[in-house]
Amino acid sequence: MAVPLSHYLTVAAILFTLGIFGIFLNRKNVIIILMSIELILLAVNLNLVAFSAFLGDLVGQIFAMFVLTVAAAEAAIGLAILVVYFRNRGSIEVEDISLMRG
Amino acid sequence: MTIQLLVFYMFAAVAIAAAVMVISARNPVHSVLFLILAFFNSAGLFVLLGAEFLAMVLVVVYVGAVAVLFLFVVMMLDINFVRLREGFLQYLPIGALIGLILLVELILVLGSWALTPADVGAVAEQPVPSERTNAEALGDLFYTDYFYLFQAAGLILLIAIIGAITLTLRDRPRVRRQRIAEQVYRREEETVDLRKVQPGSGI
Repeated sequence: MAVPLSHYLTVAAILFTLGIFGIFLNRKNVIIILMSIELILLAVNLNLVAFSAFLGDLVGQIFAMFVLTVAAAEAAIGLAILVVYFRNRGSIEVEDISLMRG
Repeated sequence: MTIQLLVFYMFAAVAIAAAVMVISARNPVHSVLFLILAFFNSAGLFVLLGAEFLAMVLVVVYVGAVAVLFLFVVMMLDINFVRLREGFLQYLPIGALIGLILLVELILVLGSWALTPADVGAVAEQPVPSERTNAEALGDLFYTDYFYLFQAAGLILLIAIIGAITLTLRDRPRVRRQRIAEQVYRREEETVDLRKVQPGSGI
């Protein structure tokens, strides 16, 4: 392959760090935090697929597919919870979300 | 060879720039749009790696479904985004510090990773076949060796659907709905009343 494995791993590492950084940076906005989680999962997928391609093993791609499934389910449930929370409280600030009751 | 490297650098640079914009954009709608851009470029990286099926799934599932879901939620909720931006600079130093440490560690550990040609295919449980397409090979594995896990993934999606619907469905008091049980249990005596009407006078 023309592009070495370390390049892909570095890109994935940068994306992962940006996801973590986004969680710290947008402490109040749940939507951006959810998007940061999606970025983290994307970086993980990139790692899995890169290793799968370079080791010549298809299992990595299969696992990436399952990660994708779980990420989609997580986004749907998270956004549903967010909508319900906004309906009850009228805001989505993370600092308000310290109680289980509405 | 060089063209592949150039394409890689283009996809990687745009993906990282888009990821930066996702976490720093002022308007969440822009964040979602940059997230879509990041996913598109990651799909390009997947294609470079030879995982065409996953690349297309990424475009269809993420850009087509998840990002649009985010967009809907951002646009439908009436959120005061200015208030949510408060404290943005307050968390910047600690976040940057932790992010930097993490990045350096990850690159130190992973960036030096290099495979010798002897490694390739040596530990492969399911070797990549050369004569078939990626989608064909993946489908073969999904429907044979990993069939139960595939079903479990479907089950997870089903649970997610049910959960999302039950969470967001609400009963408004004045909405008239069809109540099938009541319809089925209706009896003739409760609903129909036969009266003998005398000619020339009402009931």
